[in-house]
Amino acid sequence: MNVQQTPVKETAAASRMAIADGDIHPSARSLNVLAPFLERRWIEHIQTFGTGPRHGFFTGPAYPKSQPGADRRDATPPEGGRAGSSLSFMQAQHLDANNIAFGILNPLAPSGQGFRNLELGTAMTRAVNDWQVACWTAPDSRLRASIVVPYEDAEASAAEIRRRAGDANFAQVLLLSRTGEPTGRRRYWPIFDAAIEAGLPVGIHAFGYGGHPITGSGWPSYYLEEMAGHAQASQAGLASLIFEGVFARHPALKLVLIESGFAWLPSFAWRLDRLWARMRAEVPHVKEPPSETIRRQVWVTTQPMEEPSDPAHLAEVIDWIGWDRLIFATDYPHWDYDDPAHAMPLPLDAATRQRFFRENARTVWGF
Amino acid sequence: MPIDCDLHPPTPRLADLLPHMDAHWRETLVSRGVDELISNYEPPGAPISARPGVARDVAGFLAAALDPLGTTAAILNPLLPVAMLHSEDMAAAYARAANDWIAARWLDADPRLRASILVAPQSPALAADEILRCAEDRRFVQVLLPALLDVPLGRRSLWPIYAAAERAGLPVGVHAGSAYLHAPGPIGWGSYVVEDHANMAGGFATQLTSLVAEGVFQRFPDLTVVLLESGVTWLPAHLWRLSKFWRGLRMEVPWLDESPQALVRRRLKVSLAPMDAPDVATFLHVIEQLDGAEMLLFSSDYPHWNDDRAPVPEGLPAELLRKMREENPRATYRRLAEVPA
Repeated sequence: MNVQQTPVKETAAASRMAIADGDIHPSARSLNVLAPFLERRWIEHIQTFGTGPRHGFFTGPAYPKSQPGADRRDATPPEGGRAGSSLSFMQAQHLDANNIAFGILNPLAPSGQGFRNLELGTAMTRAVNDWQVACWTAPDSRLRASIVVPYEDAEASAAEIRRRAGDANFAQVLLLSRTGEPTGRRRYWPIFDAAIEAGLPVGIHAFGYGGHPITGSGWPSYYLEEMAGHAQASQAGLASLIFEGVFARHPALKLVLIESGFAWLPSFAWRLDRLWARMRAEVPHVKEPPSETIRRQVWVTTQPMEEPSDPAHLAEVIDWIGWDRLIFATDYPHWDYDDPAHAMPLPLDAATRQRFFRENARTVWGF
Repeated sequence: MPIDCDLHPPTPRLADLLPHMDAHWRETLVSRGVDELISNYEPPGAPISARPGVARDVAGFLAAALDPLGTTAAILNPLLPVAMLHSEDMAAAYARAANDWIAARWLDADPRLRASILVAPQSPALAADEILRCAEDRRFVQVLLPALLDVPLGRRSLWPIYAAAERAGLPVGVHAGSAYLHAPGPIGWGSYVVEDHANMAGGFATQLTSLVAEGVFQRFPDLTVVLLESGVTWLPAHLWRLSKFWRGLRMEVPWLDESPQALVRRRLKVSLAPMDAPDVATFLHVIEQLDGAEMLLFSSDYPHWNDDRAPVPEGLPAELLRKMREENPRATYRRLAEVPA
């Protein structure tokens, strides 16, 4: 958590195992960085009217973060600008230092996802995708981009996915967890259809503003509660995808839940199985126990790692999930970053270590 | 001497409640043709709501609910969804009538029975009055709220309810169910009842987060919170996550001066049913992760039909069973001391 990390020497990094990072956040230093990819009218629109999230604050998030921009304080590039806005500093501080062989980029705000103005969202997501290729994946072949889509407009999202299909710069389609309606509802199906057509996994990263309180009982008071609540929001999305039959429609769908924790997954799967067994009459299109679907089609990234006081409990939980389902992620450059040197408290044999830190990511994203 | 901490009498119908209402409500509820209060969380015909053939009469119901388990005391939790009403006054009238009905119809009928005080949280002031009114009858052993309201449970607007409960020496029981004042899940309205039930565990988790973060346990040092029909196995993972974020974000909630994990283990109780692990061995692993043997309260959840397992799952160690059925309930509900051991 917010580790003050000094980059390690190159020789030390080279002797470490090459690993994958399932969650890296690049950011645009300013809106003007997107100017080559975004019509002038939209830049002026954002400067004048804002990005229009589903909450009231013209600038900043609904819940003030614990650090400016939720960033690690030591991740500000020497040349200035937001953490995550400098490729060279990301390379020095993270990719080289931690021997990251493959990293998945998940651009967050402002990326156009969930904007109220759908036309703006469509233009912005397209620009952010162009920017990821031009400024990140083209200059550094270790990085792969996520296709950000204006998911509240499923047809526009599907069009964006088709535009990027076959482009090896992109590893997945990215949604945020807090969609305006439960993520499995039919209005979102064109997104999943297009992802399958393009042969891409779908990643669902925590966060976003769908307009609903993050609890079923109204708005909590604290950022602490919003952060804890992202696990429950991801659970709701997963339940919806299962009970709406999205996995049954797409047996080839690979779903990755990103930055919402993972230790909750066994209990949630047990709950879904029990409910499915009792309530099958309501969802006759769901043909198998949900835990079997999850075991076959769902992966989870690790950060923020749950930290039971007894690491043996962590081992139990991962045994229940399956060691082939967890994908290590750091969340660089955010304050709750997990350091690959310290995040996993369990002693792992070489084969398990490779799966956890690299091979599971390769299975999903295919690099 | 087993104690059953979650038993559901058939939900009272308007005809049951009218005799316990004043003239205004007797007249207007009838003349307006107000429908029965039934929650979408528990459609009466849905398999999860009730097993087939449940008796509505007291003797028949108790013969099926208590006798097979040798229950010596049972806590009735009526699930009349008064929290769904938008009128504070109407909601309070229903709650008051339901409490008087349960005393007259059920508590008077069998000395093994205890009940929770149903309150309408729309007006915390009226709810506090109702708690203190009912608490004079020592057969009421708990205050009952549904899991999901219009604001998170820890919010200060609700504190008069906790103040009254603490003053009366009663735990606050939070039972599965929603007032449906917001979408039942954090990302909107799902298509199916089964989703509402899936998301209820997450609903309990966010409410526990709220109670902890807002400092309810510090502000009310004698208050115990009981989660009813919440499931148990989500608790360890949720507490690991919450405690980790507390370590990183405690500047935001300076009154929270200990790890949520330690606090919750001391101040929270949770009912057994529905046992939400695939088997008893796995369940015991989770209880060990939680260090939760003192937290568990036995419940049959009769007549809800969660699964086909026996209410007392086979394979639970005798020591744990004794704690769940006797020691823990008596430590939680002080008024049970008045029940012969």
